[in-house]
Amino acid sequence: MSDTSWVCEPCGLEALPAPEGKPAIRLVDVEKTLDGKKVLDGVTLDIPRQRITAIIGLSGAGKSVMLKHMIGLIRPERGQVLIDGVDISRLSRGELYKARRRFGMLFQGGALFDSLTVFENVAFPLQEKTEMGEGEIRKRVLARLAQVGLEEAQGKFPDELSGGMVRRVAFARAMVTDPEIILFDEPTTGLDPIIRNSILNLICHTYHQHGFTMVMISHDIPEIFQWSHYVVVLHDGKVVEAGPTAEVVRSVNPFVQQIIRGDITGPVHLM
Amino acid sequence: MAALAETIGKRALEAIHRMGRMTVFLYRSAAALFIPPYRVRRIVKQVHFIGVKSLFVIVLTAAFTGMVLGLQGYYTLRKFGSEGLLGSAVALSLIRELGPVLSALMVTGRAGSALTAEIGIMRIGEQIDSLESMGIDPVKFIVTPRLLGAVVSVPLLTAIFDVVGILGGYLVGVKLLGVNAGVFFGQMEASVEWKDVANGFVKSLIFGLIIAWVCTFKGYFTGRGAEGVSQSTTSAVVLSSVLILVSDYFLTSVLL
Repeated sequence: MSDTSWVCEPCGLEALPAPEGKPAIRLVDVEKTLDGKKVLDGVTLDIPRQRITAIIGLSGAGKSVMLKHMIGLIRPERGQVLIDGVDISRLSRGELYKARRRFGMLFQGGALFDSLTVFENVAFPLQEKTEMGEGEIRKRVLARLAQVGLEEAQGKFPDELSGGMVRRVAFARAMVTDPEIILFDEPTTGLDPIIRNSILNLICHTYHQHGFTMVMISHDIPEIFQWSHYVVVLHDGKVVEAGPTAEVVRSVNPFVQQIIRGDITGPVHLM
Repeated sequence: MAALAETIGKRALEAIHRMGRMTVFLYRSAAALFIPPYRVRRIVKQVHFIGVKSLFVIVLTAAFTGMVLGLQGYYTLRKFGSEGLLGSAVALSLIRELGPVLSALMVTGRAGSALTAEIGIMRIGEQIDSLESMGIDPVKFIVTPRLLGAVVSVPLLTAIFDVVGILGGYLVGVKLLGVNAGVFFGQMEASVEWKDVANGFVKSLIFGLIIAWVCTFKGYFTGRGAEGVSQSTTSAVVLSSVLILVSDYFLTSVLL
């Protein structure tokens, strides 16, 4: 099934036209062991360009580790992480820093700098990595803050913000440099349903506005299926299912169905 | 027996691996000094944090160290009828040894522990990963300014420690115990050489480097969670203090 018929249920917006060419990110037979445990075990996966891809799975399945491989924060022991055909796991530190300019990333807890205000946090990547003047930076930052509805909070420090506001500021920071790809590590974990949906709505609208490639780790099942074009299901460091959302939801794989339904009985026994 | 040899070998390899990591970390931090952009503001901020904010504790400990040196020195020298040498004894002890060592230990306790905790919290809060994801070298951004800040601040604090300590010794020796002020300063001038001052300066430079190196390393590679940060902070203070005292011995042997 193609994803072009996909319509975001809550927003009523259709997916952008499917772009031609290679996938935005390609993982080929990636393996990683951390603390003696194989966290990624031969992961091969394509992340489609200009689409919202959700990665789901149980806690400890290797989702965050996989996301960090995509931006080169972790290097694999084996396999390749290809961005436009370039294996970023083989790049030197300097080359990797250049390659990361194409990315924005929202970390689980926001990872805002405590000593900087909301405005300074969002302006930070522009001040550090671009030649933009102060006026231009100000204009861009205020535009992004307006997009996430936080113009009024620009002078506040992170410890004065609620959990939802922190994620929105982190989102504004992730997209302020107009990256091609934005990675989200559990952008809605720990938030109440209204804030969670408003953040997912914000992500969806931003996608339609800018056409970013977005990859999002989420535990919000089944809600996340309304917001994502593609779904990847990870279990024990392996991809057990990947494809357009409707196909994954209909998957006959018992692992996938157990995760989707949240059943305590099935192939996965936790206790 | 084989198991014992295996354990010793494993520990030795781990220690070598750790030292190698620390050396590479120091090299990366120092090399980043010469790569633009030069973040002067961040360096000044660190000089303020490590230096200016340590001033009170340095002045306080220096004053009391000088005073106790004056007191102890006076009664020891009086046994030999050499109270006149009190100025020399106080000044040489402070400039050569106590100034650099005590200043460094005070800075370790006040600023070094804070450096480790701050960087450790940045690590567990994913702020370091966040910098990486933006294509910013976190070592250059976080560690290098602190390294330079400590190397600039500790010698300055040591100089202040020496001066305040000598004034403390003067207060007790001259004002309290009646040593002649002219003799006190005259003997000091006669016995203290530039070499003593230079040696103290070299020591304080190296101690500053040790504090920043160990404390930033421990914070940068902290363990998981609050417990990890707490353990890193403790081990940073202990290791820095031990390295300061051990290197003091070797530096003294070489510089004397």
